[in-house]
Amino acid sequence: MEIVLACCVGILFASATYMMLRRSIVKLVMGLIMLSNAANLVIFTAAGVVHGKPPLLDEATKTVVAGVADPLPQALVLTAIVIAFGVLAFSVVLIRRAYEEVGNDDIGQMKGTDT
Amino acid sequence: MSNILFLPILVSLLGGALTLSFWRSIRWQKRVTLLSATIYLVVAIVLLREVMQEGYVVMQMGNWAAPFGISLVADVLSATMILLTGIVGFAAALYSMASVPDQHIRFGYFSLLQLLLAGVSGAFLTGDVFNLFVWFEVMLLASFGLLTLGGERNQMEGAIKYVTINLFSSAIFLSAIGLLYGTAGTLNMADLSVKLVGVEEQGLVNVLALMFMVSFGIKAGAFPLFFWLPASYHTPLVAVSAVFAGLLTKVGVYALYRFFSVIFIGDIDYTHTIILWLGILTMLTGVLGAAAQFEFRRILSFHIISQIGYMLIAFAIFTPLAIIGGVFYIAHHIIVKTNLFLISGLTYQLAGTHELKAMGGFYRQRPWLALVFLIPALSLAGLPPLSGFFAKYIVIKAGVEAGSWWAVGFGLLVGLLTLFSMIKIWAEVFWKSAPETDSPVDLSGHLSPWMLAPVIMLAMITVGIGFFGEPLYRLAEVAASQLLNPQGYIDAVLGGVR
Repeated sequence: MEIVLACCVGILFASATYMMLRRSIVKLVMGLIMLSNAANLVIFTAAGVVHGKPPLLDEATKTVVAGVADPLPQALVLTAIVIAFGVLAFSVVLIRRAYEEVGNDDIGQMKGTDT
Repeated sequence: MSNILFLPILVSLLGGALTLSFWRSIRWQKRVTLLSATIYLVVAIVLLREVMQEGYVVMQMGNWAAPFGISLVADVLSATMILLTGIVGFAAALYSMASVPDQHIRFGYFSLLQLLLAGVSGAFLTGDVFNLFVWFEVMLLASFGLLTLGGERNQMEGAIKYVTINLFSSAIFLSAIGLLYGTAGTLNMADLSVKLVGVEEQGLVNVLALMFMVSFGIKAGAFPLFFWLPASYHTPLVAVSAVFAGLLTKVGVYALYRFFSVIFIGDIDYTHTIILWLGILTMLTGVLGAAAQFEFRRILSFHIISQIGYMLIAFAIFTPLAIIGGVFYIAHHIIVKTNLFLISGLTYQLAGTHELKAMGGFYRQRPWLALVFLIPALSLAGLPPLSGFFAKYIVIKAGVEAGSWWAVGFGLLVGLLTLFSMIKIWAEVFWKSAPETDSPVDLSGHLSPWMLAPVIMLAMITVGIGFFGEPLYRLAEVAASQLLNPQGYIDAVLGGVR
């Protein structure tokens, strides 16, 4: 399972970078979406994927049993998803405003502040 | 008693919420902002006093014991940064009273400003890696809002680069957090410091360290990923770019200081050599970039980058004296750089442009303004007896003692080039006579006392640090000794839990 997820992470990061390097600002935002998903998947995978065990202490001894699921990564991912959602909502509005101002969706045209 | 630790965050969050509830009344938004900026400053001073007495002030959020809950920790470095945030926030609040158009205030300028300060304070105070990420995002979202407020074409173009590279850096940060949790099983900074020593795969720890270094390096504006900074910092309102210039990049530098003195100390030779060369290259590219510019705020933006380089090499040398120099440098730089940006707003108001070529004649018509510019400008270049001289002197001396000749040589060279840039602004804006045009430029316009007061206040602090630098030196000394002995930090946070 970890292998599959790790490959997914790699593919997501690669395609996110590819999308961000293209010239259209719409593709730039799609790249950002994939990038945040890739990062969330890294947390999920790196913290260990456990199948079919509830994240609960042992009832009798009140201690952590070996192989129990860790609830913390899920909490982290949930927080990160919410934050990413807010940020992406902002960037979608931003590219729309930028498109209105510049009159073009080509990021190569947006270099008025670079020189 | 440690509850005071939460107040800087609370005051600015509450201030932001209150200004939102006064959405329709510009006058009340201004009053609330002034009030909360003043309270913040008082709280920051009290906090610093408290930390100087106790060494560390720790608060466990929700009373969850240390490695399990989120800890807020203030050591002397954090408390100093909070005080500097308070000073910059106060100066920006004063300056905004007269300089921000009503249109911006109607769209939540003051709320965003205070939320930005809340994010910055949270980042300085937290003792938990994931919590640091959350505060970074709070800070970033507020800064996105401030950067685009006004909606001009330049702002949009700058914002796209700023937003993209910062989200990219956040993604690296987040992935590194995930891998770190998978490696060490904890995200509390003090706990990490203990547990990372026992990790078998030290190579993996180094990889993680570099991931964090890349992420914070982007946020600090370090070489090679600094291009977003000069592309965006000169586009928003002057008060906004002053706060950005003073605080935002320094949050990245602070995070580097924190991570590579408490958490990743296993392979100092490796990590700190990289930081040293990053610092040297940052310093050099920044100052060379500035030499090619002829727009007031863009020159200043490039100088932020070159000054970040000094902070990085000071940290990378990693001797007590060098870290004292680094902390001293950060404090001096925040004050001076904020002030220079505010002054660029004054000259803009009088001359109506930021282009050096189109300005001139200020010395003849506004000699006092010229003097007020000269103080932070010469301080930035490192001329005695101003604060920048002592900051540079300590860093260079530490470099000589540690035998880092490359750092010393480039440090001195960059100091010289900084002087060149500052003299360029001086000669173009203040010294030369106004360019001859059809309509002669009239520089005798009115400057609001709201805008002059913070500039004079910051200039006086700069002179003050120059003539009475000892208290700040002592402060930096304690901060450095705490950074070099993370055991104190660990004991303070984890307490009896271990």
